[in-house]
Amino acid sequence: MNFVQHAPVFIVLLPLTASLLCLLFSRISRNLGSYIVIAAIFGAFLSAATVLKQVLASGGQAIHYWMGGWEPPIGIEFVLDPLNSVLAVLVTFIALMVSIYSRPFVKREDWLHLGGYYTLFGLLCVGLCGMIITGDVFNLYVYLEIMSLSGYGLIALGGRKSMLAAFRYLLIGTIGASLYLLGVGYLYAMTGTLNMADLAKLVAAHLDSPLFAMAVACFIIGFGIKMALFPLHGWQPDAYTFSHPGAAAFIAGCMSKAPAYAMVRFLYYIFHVDNLVVHSALNVIGLLGIAGILIGSIMALAQFDFRRMLAYSSVAQIGYIAIGLAMGNLYGFIGAVLHMINHAFMKSALFLVIGGIQYRFGEVNLYRLGGMHKKIPISTVTLTLAALSMIGLPPTCGFFSKWYLMLGAYTGAQYFYIAVLVISSLLNAIYFFRIIEQVFVQREASLTEIQPPSTKLGLPIEMAVPIVVMGLAILVLGFCNGDIVTDVLKVGLPEVFLR
Amino acid sequence: MEMLNEFLKTRGIYALVMILFFLGVYGMVLSKNYMKKLMAMNVMQVAVIFFYLCFAQKDGGMIPIQNGLTTNPDAYINPLPHGLMLTAIVVSLGTTGVAIALLMRIKEIFGSLEEVEILRRASK
Repeated sequence: MNFVQHAPVFIVLLPLTASLLCLLFSRISRNLGSYIVIAAIFGAFLSAATVLKQVLASGGQAIHYWMGGWEPPIGIEFVLDPLNSVLAVLVTFIALMVSIYSRPFVKREDWLHLGGYYTLFGLLCVGLCGMIITGDVFNLYVYLEIMSLSGYGLIALGGRKSMLAAFRYLLIGTIGASLYLLGVGYLYAMTGTLNMADLAKLVAAHLDSPLFAMAVACFIIGFGIKMALFPLHGWQPDAYTFSHPGAAAFIAGCMSKAPAYAMVRFLYYIFHVDNLVVHSALNVIGLLGIAGILIGSIMALAQFDFRRMLAYSSVAQIGYIAIGLAMGNLYGFIGAVLHMINHAFMKSALFLVIGGIQYRFGEVNLYRLGGMHKKIPISTVTLTLAALSMIGLPPTCGFFSKWYLMLGAYTGAQYFYIAVLVISSLLNAIYFFRIIEQVFVQREASLTEIQPPSTKLGLPIEMAVPIVVMGLAILVLGFCNGDIVTDVLKVGLPEVFLR
Repeated sequence: MEMLNEFLKTRGIYALVMILFFLGVYGMVLSKNYMKKLMAMNVMQVAVIFFYLCFAQKDGGMIPIQNGLTTNPDAYINPLPHGLMLTAIVVSLGTTGVAIALLMRIKEIFGSLEEVEILRRASK
């Protein structure tokens, strides 16, 4: 048994085993469980990186991993092509950073809370990675539920109001998952297969059947709920605001990306976009995306709570991904996928910083952040970088995905998308410059220190390092975006664009 | 009458399943008590399970065991949807468990499961 050959399954297997054993080890020694989960997530990150390297070395050939040697379409397989292996690397990397970062939040709790927190965190990582790398539509449902259930738990850990947010998300999320399951039922009744590659072949004969239209509608609404596409985003601001401050960065950064990826997988790789039903579905997604961008940005302007503002800005950013998909051309597609990657980093970085402020001062009101640059100097650098990236200034990564989106709108002659993108960038500029002004220019706010700093960084070292790494990652992604697009995304394009 | 009979014979069960599904959604949206919302959610999940079982059923099909008489797939009922639904039942059990745990905490914190009352106390 060699490691490289089995690397795809380790992405899921390591965190799953570790998080299930976590409580047991925490009982034996309080910190042991958390170390094991962090190590397992690190192992998953290494496996994902190995797989990505392998896929790229073979020129974009997908790696198929058959569970127990059962051949698809009967068995369940993991399929890793350039698109989803890069997303697996992204998810495991952010999970690793956030799992290290969140240790100070739970360090003083007893073994049950500490172990429980890391169990849920590891399971959330399992769910996201599994959703991304699986090649079976029903298996995707199972991972979707693992992700959601652990997500509900992590959101509910946040305190008093978080229970309500978690319960509301549970109800709405279950509607989404049930609609997805219903859609899978329609597809299975039509084609008799659950394997994605097989489905892509067999569904071609049923593209004008009403059942197919019904299945697409179910998928759009189901994934729309999970990724907080505009009119279905009701659960999201509360969930992001009240979730556990340590895990908020992971929840906000990655939890909406896996369903968005699943939507890409279904629309572009399985159904292909060149038929009437998917075409009209894309138009609907585009309209919802535009509405989401405008309304999300305007709602973000009206918030006092930093986290709530970020949550509404997420609604707008998901709108970017939606319009990128809706354009249905090469640049729009690249823009959407690149924005998924970039937004995961930007949003996680912002949530890491506000989590740090919340940890040290217990403050989340964005009008009380005056003089923060003296108190936590390094974190404000990350804050500034992430904010500039959200606005879309080069050389941060946010600029490049917007650039591809605009190129896509230009090639498709859909100029209104360009107008929407420009308006939204202006709105982004308003609400992020407001924060930069607060942090660097305003008088020092009188804040009480809940956790006096022990180091010069202003935050414990476990928290400072991930914040710095995420800030650097935003710059690195910005500088390397050309390589990501040509070497990774363009290798794994869906068949539709290759004809 | 003829058409109605035909409809009931071929698609009637699906219509019923759809009604059950949206009854669940309706209950989740409109009931004011969180426990009732949870029960409506379960009704919705059961509707999806019924849907799978309905399209898997076949007139005159037998259970999928090898009996040495026939290997014709038309003679058997496809066991896969039932297998899938076993998983879906487990998932719905998990969801219900998490939801009930949350409801217990909500009841502890806010002292009620009525939406109006909870929102009143939460905004204080």
